[in-house]
Amino acid sequence: MIAFWYAITAVAVAVYVALDGFDFGAGIIAPFVARSESERAAVLEAIGPFWNGNEVWLLAGGGTLLMAFPVAFAAGFSGLYLPLSILLWLLILRGMSMELRSHVDNQLWRTFWDRLLTLVSLLIAIIFGAALGIVIRGVPIDASGQFLLGLFGGSGGGVLNPYTVLVGVVAAVLLAQHGAQFLAWRADGLVQVRSLHLARAMLPGSVFLMMAAAVATAFVQPPLWSAMLSRPLAWPLVAGAAVSVAICGYGNWSRRPGAAFAGSALTLVFILAASAAGEFPVLLRSTVGPQFNIEAAGAAAGPHSLFAASVWWPLGLVLAAAYTTTLFRVFRRASV
Amino acid sequence: MTDALFWHRLQFGFTVTYHYLFPQLTMGLALVIVILQWKAWRDSDDRYSRAALFWGKIFALNFALGVVTGIPMEFQFGTNWARFSRLTGSVIGQTLAMEGMFAFFLESSVLGLFLYGGKRLAPAGRFATAALLFLGSWLSGYFIIATNAFMQHPVGHSVSSDGTFQLEAFWTFLLNPWALWEYAHNMTASITTAAFVVAAVGAGYLLIERHREQAELDLRIGVTLGVIACLLQLFPTGDRQGKLLAEYQPVTLAAMEGLFETGPNAPLALIGQPDLTTRTLQNPIVVPGVLSFLAYGTFGTTVHGLSEVPRQNWPDNVELLYYAYHVMVGIGTALIVTMALAALALWRGFLFRSRSLLWILLLAWPFPYIATTAGWMTAELGRQPWLVYGLLRTSAGSSAQVTSGDALFTLIGFCGLYLVLGVLFLALVGRELAHGPDEHAAASSAALSPEVA
Repeated sequence: MIAFWYAITAVAVAVYVALDGFDFGAGIIAPFVARSESERAAVLEAIGPFWNGNEVWLLAGGGTLLMAFPVAFAAGFSGLYLPLSILLWLLILRGMSMELRSHVDNQLWRTFWDRLLTLVSLLIAIIFGAALGIVIRGVPIDASGQFLLGLFGGSGGGVLNPYTVLVGVVAAVLLAQHGAQFLAWRADGLVQVRSLHLARAMLPGSVFLMMAAAVATAFVQPPLWSAMLSRPLAWPLVAGAAVSVAICGYGNWSRRPGAAFAGSALTLVFILAASAAGEFPVLLRSTVGPQFNIEAAGAAAGPHSLFAASVWWPLGLVLAAAYTTTLFRVFRRASV
Repeated sequence: MTDALFWHRLQFGFTVTYHYLFPQLTMGLALVIVILQWKAWRDSDDRYSRAALFWGKIFALNFALGVVTGIPMEFQFGTNWARFSRLTGSVIGQTLAMEGMFAFFLESSVLGLFLYGGKRLAPAGRFATAALLFLGSWLSGYFIIATNAFMQHPVGHSVSSDGTFQLEAFWTFLLNPWALWEYAHNMTASITTAAFVVAAVGAGYLLIERHREQAELDLRIGVTLGVIACLLQLFPTGDRQGKLLAEYQPVTLAAMEGLFETGPNAPLALIGQPDLTTRTLQNPIVVPGVLSFLAYGTFGTTVHGLSEVPRQNWPDNVELLYYAYHVMVGIGTALIVTMALAALALWRGFLFRSRSLLWILLLAWPFPYIATTAGWMTAELGRQPWLVYGLLRTSAGSSAQVTSGDALFTLIGFCGLYLVLGVLFLALVGRELAHGPDEHAAASSAALSPEVA
C-alpha cells in the first residue's frame, strides 16, 4: 500500500512536469518563435486553455503528498522555506502574465507581460530542476527530523550548488524543448514552423544534457543508480525514456508533431519515474546520515487514510483524464 | 519563537483573507451566470446572453486572482505550519487533495472552455459550461469548509500516543455536521456578496443613465437573489452555527458576546467593549435573556461565561473576536434591511426610479465583503488557542525551524506582491465597468481571447 502511494505521488509529480512543463517551455521559447503581436497572441492562445488545468497537478500532487506522506511534506516544505516562497511568488506572476495580458489592448502592456512570462517561466523551470536536484542530492536532516536549507552555501551546501544548478539548467532546456514540441504541434503558421525548427535544432543538445545530468547523478548519488539497476521493474522505465526520445526525434523529422510531443512528454515522465524507482523508499535523503533519511514507511499516513484515498484518488484521476482529453479535443477541432 | 508564531499567523491570516476576497464573489457569481445562461437558452433572450457575457468577464478576472492567490495557501501548510501538517496531514490532506482531484480539475478545464471556447458553443453548451463551473467552484468550497470544520470540531479521527492524527471514519469526517452548517452559512454569504455586486453595478448604470436594459436586469436578479440569501444568512444557517458554538465551543460564544459571568437569562450585547482587566463589558447596551434563547431555545437557560474557564483556554484575542463578531452581525442586519427595502421597491415597481435606493445599492457592495471577512475572523479567532479544537494548540503547529525573520520577510513579500495585484485588478475591473455590457455585445467575446488584433 505504501509503495503504491509512493508510485502515485511520483506519477502525479511526473504528470505535472509533463503538462505544466509545456506551458513553461512555450513561455521560455516565445521570444524566439513569435515575433509579431499576432504570433505572440497565438502562443498564448495555444497554452491559454491548458495552463490552469496543468497547474492543478501541482496542487493535486501537493495535496496527495500531504495526505499520503505528511512527514515528508512537512519536513521538505518547511526546510525549503525561502526557495519555496520565492517559487510561489513566481507562480503568481506566471498566472498574472497569462491572464492579464489580453485584457488591455496596448503594445506596452502586452510586451511587458510577454517578457515577464518568459522570465518567470525560465526561473520556475530552473527552480523545479534544482528541486529535483535537491531531492536526489539530499538535505541536512538531523535527529530532529527537520532541516532548514539556505539559498546557497551554509550547512548542507544550500539549495544552489553545482549539481542542483546543473539539473536546473538541464530542466530549463528540456522544458524549452518540450514547449517547442507543443507549439510545433498546436500552433499554426510561422510559429509552428519556427517551433518545429527549434525543436529539431535543440534535440541533440537536450539529449546530451540529459546524459550529462545522468552521469552527474551517478557521481553525486551513486546509490540511486545502483538501486535502479538492481530493480528489474525500473529497467523498462529507463528503456522507455530512450524509446520516447527516439519517438520524439522520429516525429520531428517525419512531420508528426503530435507523436513528437507525446515522445517528449513521455521522456519527461519516464526520467522522473526512473528517478523515483531509484529513490524508493527514500522520500527525503539526509546528507547528515542515512539513519535520518525520511523513508516512505516512516512518513506515511495510517492505513485508513491510505485506504480511503485509494478509492477516491483513482476515481478523481479518471475524471481529470476525461476533462483533459475533452479539452484537447475541443481545441483541436477549433484550430482546424 | 512566540515571535515567529505571530508572524506565521499573520501571514496565513493575511494571505487567506486576501485570497478569499475573490472566491467569495466567483462562487456566488457562478450561480448568477448559471441563471443568466439558463434564461438565455430557454427563452432565447439576447439580453440574458449579453449579461452573461459581461459578468463572465468580471468572473474571469476574479477567478484568475483567486487561482493565483490560492496556490500559496496549500503550500503554506508545509512551509509555515509544518508541525500541524505532520500531525494532521493524513486527515486534512484528504480534503485538500480531493479539492484538487474533484473540484480544481473540473473547474480549470471548464474555465478553459468558458473563456476560450465561448464563441464556439451553442446556448445549451454555454449553460452546461456555466453549470459545471458552478459545480466545480461550489465543490471546491465544500472541501475547504470540511477541512476547516475538522479544525473547529474534529470528528472521524483518532490521536495516537505521539500526537499524530489518523483518519478513522472517512464519511464521518467528510460529512462533519459542523461542515454542513458552516458551508450553508458561507455559501449564502457568497451569494449575498455576488448579489450586492450585481445590484450595485445595475444601480450605478441607472444613476448615470447608461445601459438601461442591462441595468434593470442586473437589479432584478441581484435584489431577488440578495433578499433570499440575506435572510438565509440569519436563519437557519447563522442560527444553527450559533447553536453548534453553544454546544461545542461555549468559551468562544462567551468571548464573542463579551459574557464573563455564567448565569441564566444571559443577555445579548448590542453594543459595548469587553474589558479583560475588570472582566466586564464596558458601556453595554444589552437585551436580557436573548443570548440564552438564541443559544438554547429558552430564555432562562444558563449560558457559560468566560470566568468559568481557565484563562489559557480563552481565545487569545477576546476583544478582536468580540468586535469581528459584532461587525458581522451588525452589517448582516443592515444588509437584510437594505435588500428587503430594495425588494419591496422592486415588487411595487418604483426601484428603478428611486434615486435614493439606487444610491444605497450602489454604495452597499463593500459591506458584504466586510461582513464575510469579519465572519471568518470570528470563526478563526474563536477557534484559538487551538489549531484543532481542544486537541492541538496553535503554538504547537507552526514550523519550528523557520525563524521570525524568515516569516516576516515572506509576509512583506506577499504584502508587496498583493498590493500590485490589487491595483491591477481594480484597474482592470474598472475598465470592464466603464466599457459596460453593451459594448461587449458589439465586440462579441473577441476581447476575451488573446487573438484581438
